[in-house]
Amino acid sequence: MVPVDYYILLSAVLFTLGALGVLIRRNPLIIFMSIELMLNAGNLAFVAFANMYKSFSGQIFVFFVIAVAAAEVAVGLALIVEIFKTRKNINIDEMNSLKG
Amino acid sequence: MTSELIVFLVLSLVAVSSALGMLFSRNAVYSALFLVLNFVTVAVFYLLLGAPFIAMSQITVYAGAIMVLFLFVIMLLGAESLAPAKTLPWQRPLAILLAVILAVESIYLVFARARSDAFVAAPDVAVNSMDNLREMAMILFNQFLLPFEVTSVLLLVAMVGAIVLTKQVKGEQR
Repeated sequence: MVPVDYYILLSAVLFTLGALGVLIRRNPLIIFMSIELMLNAGNLAFVAFANMYKSFSGQIFVFFVIAVAAAEVAVGLALIVEIFKTRKNINIDEMNSLKG
Repeated sequence: MTSELIVFLVLSLVAVSSALGMLFSRNAVYSALFLVLNFVTVAVFYLLLGAPFIAMSQITVYAGAIMVLFLFVIMLLGAESLAPAKTLPWQRPLAILLAVILAVESIYLVFARARSDAFVAAPDVAVNSMDNLREMAMILFNQFLLPFEVTSVLLLVAMVGAIVLTKQVKGEQR
């Protein structure tokens, strides 16, 4: 049995890498993928704690997080496609006005 | 050193290096494929933690549906690699500093909290047995029924939103 601490540690490392990706990359698609990585790290911590406390609530919460992530990706990618169609460019630095 | 620990160490190495590969590859398609690898390794961690249903959902929803959507949009937009733009000189060092602070803080909290005896709920039965799925379904459709229904509404709203956002209005010139 691997100690739960190790899983939490791994989850912290993956979350940090996701946050680093959001901070240093310019491609909004890769920023989006980094957000997915952070969500995934959070899920890993949830499942690890669910295993530690022998409770199903953590696993069910992860189930809901996966559903919300799917909805978020659908809307977010639609927004990115729309921005690309109007501005012909998706560099994150040039998206500085709400007006299309 | 048990075999499970060896599996954990090898897989965590794969997970961290695929996350790093996702961050630093120049081509967005490679980033997406590295992220698929990361999701699959995390699914194996879920199996190790006794959560087979979550592991399968992870593979079908994340590694399957979400990443296919990502790859589709990357190739649709031709956004494999953006032209290098003028960058802020202090952005990268500041970002790395902030990430190191975040990592140190979270690791410190893990080991500070792990020592204290936290609140322990009464265990649900059969977390690690083959009754896992049945027990989980019982809890999902009794205790968590309202969140479940709200999630279905959320998915419907997201679907309608995505269609409305990308819909071409008739007669509108783009």
